[in-house]
Amino acid sequence: MQDNIRGRAYVLGDDVDTDQIIPAHYLTYNPAIPEERRMFGVYALSGVPAARAGLPEGRRPFVPEGGEPGEYRIVVGGRNFGCGSSREHAPLALDEAGVEAVIAESYARIFFRNSVNGGYLIPFETPTRLVGEIRTGDDVELDVREHRLTNHTTGRRYELSPLGDILPILEAGDIFAYARAAGTLK
Amino acid sequence: MGMTYVQKLLARACGKTSVAVGDIVEPEVSMAMSHENGALVINQFEEIFRGIGREARVWNPDRIAIIFDHRVPAETAKTGSNQKKVREFVAAQGIGKFHDIRGDVGGICHQILPENGYVRPGYVVVGTDSHTTTHGALGAFAFGIGSTEMASVWTLGTILNIEVPGTIRVNVTGRFPEHVYPKDLILHLIGKLTAEGANFKVIEFGGETIRRMSTSGRLVLCNMAVEAGATGGVVPPDAETLRYLRDEAGVTEAIDVFGPDEGAVYDQTLSIDVSRLEPQIACPHRVDNVKPIKEVVGKKVHQVVIGSCTNGRLDDIEAAAKILKGRKVAAGTRMLVFPASWRVFADALKRGYIGDLVEAGVVLCNSGCGPCLGIHQGALGDNETALATTNRNFKGRMGNPNAEVYLSSAAVAAASAITGVISDPREGK
Repeated sequence: MQDNIRGRAYVLGDDVDTDQIIPAHYLTYNPAIPEERRMFGVYALSGVPAARAGLPEGRRPFVPEGGEPGEYRIVVGGRNFGCGSSREHAPLALDEAGVEAVIAESYARIFFRNSVNGGYLIPFETPTRLVGEIRTGDDVELDVREHRLTNHTTGRRYELSPLGDILPILEAGDIFAYARAAGTLK
Repeated sequence: MGMTYVQKLLARACGKTSVAVGDIVEPEVSMAMSHENGALVINQFEEIFRGIGREARVWNPDRIAIIFDHRVPAETAKTGSNQKKVREFVAAQGIGKFHDIRGDVGGICHQILPENGYVRPGYVVVGTDSHTTTHGALGAFAFGIGSTEMASVWTLGTILNIEVPGTIRVNVTGRFPEHVYPKDLILHLIGKLTAEGANFKVIEFGGETIRRMSTSGRLVLCNMAVEAGATGGVVPPDAETLRYLRDEAGVTEAIDVFGPDEGAVYDQTLSIDVSRLEPQIACPHRVDNVKPIKEVVGKKVHQVVIGSCTNGRLDDIEAAAKILKGRKVAAGTRMLVFPASWRVFADALKRGYIGDLVEAGVVLCNSGCGPCLGIHQGALGDNETALATTNRNFKGRMGNPNAEVYLSSAAVAAASAITGVISDPREGK
């Protein structure tokens, strides 16, 4: 687990569902094959309706048409981030696109757990709404241990919720490493 | 302090006398279900064993079920090859609860598990599908997980690091009016709770209406509990659970029946009287955007779909056939029916429902997820509207982000197919 993550923020709204994160027709790519796995990054967040892509202005695709992913390291969302299907391709797609952490007011459980179990990204919860506070493209820095976000573009700081029960899995790396560390998997 | 049903179930699964909400537990898994995405689980599962230099063997092949339903029959060579890989794995590991693409034992995973008696009261059921919540209808704690977590279950037989969820108790009273169904109840509840109202919690259903409700109806409630964000939905087992498991699922072994404690502590308790409930519609593009039918009557629909793990069972097909018998699907509207399993199809065929539907102009499709996932058949055209008995109406669902999906009961769907616009079955002649 990284202690510090700094990069550009990409801002979304409420109820970002897994069909928006990675539409179902891309699920035939096989994540075990490297050249297919990278396609999840190329199509990450391609199902987000244009008006809500890259807030506050919108119409700022996460991956530019015909371009490469990798511009954003932190995704900021509203309530109920990752609702919908159990597809693990959703956090995998964000990971492949270079995202290291998501910060949202609340999560759907399966997305939240998939993010952690597969070691894809760190799902932080924020007690205050950051949609509207943070703008897509802002230079933000996450202090993971202190669960604190700094927006270098505006100079503002935000306290996030502690990671709690998922911390041991994040520290181990993923659910298998966690099981090995706990002696469950020999 | 008294425990909820799921607390008691988890305590038993962990070999403890009690667990508290918020405890982190690692219970034994009774049934682990996957569909085509088992291919992903296999990748991760084999990788674990490569890492430790042992032959890859699942912890218990009898506790794993694999059902092909999402893309059946395969729509592309890639899917076909994926399914082939799963088939080979299943054979090598000796997994007997495998339901291939077959017209006798095939179907949608959330129908196959109940009707084959693979789920029992007290079970911890995990599935690599969000609608795994369905199986709570038989008194299991059942929830969706990802493929990495499933690879870990296949290896260890336990599910690691899960929180004991709090419970929302929903007490249901009253008799359903004619043409009002469990689907209307669950849509109404999701509208009240919102799409995140039950996040990380279990919805426990009880009350006189639930006691009278068939397992088929209970499956609808628990199936859609996840649309309110719930980790699981559950109906504590009772006489109907036993009847279903004995008479319909052919279970002969002893069945463990217990209920929540009298003094169980709930995060929230809701009471719903269904006797004045009207048909409900979830409007685009959110499942919690629920309105009573009168607010959407008259909306033109291009495609009507009856099927899926939510409402593709015999009683749904019966309700539709009774409304459509001797009538015709409106010109300019097409109607697709996807039975939840081939057993459902066979029963509907025997009772003449299939004939009634096809004569009315319905396109009968093979059992599977079909247009609900929207990858593989039944995709909508641009600016078209669908009315479906499925469970999600997110933008892009049913194969087209430039179309919209409304959700309803089978009766509303059938009545609307005749008129070509959203119609109230209570007003049908």
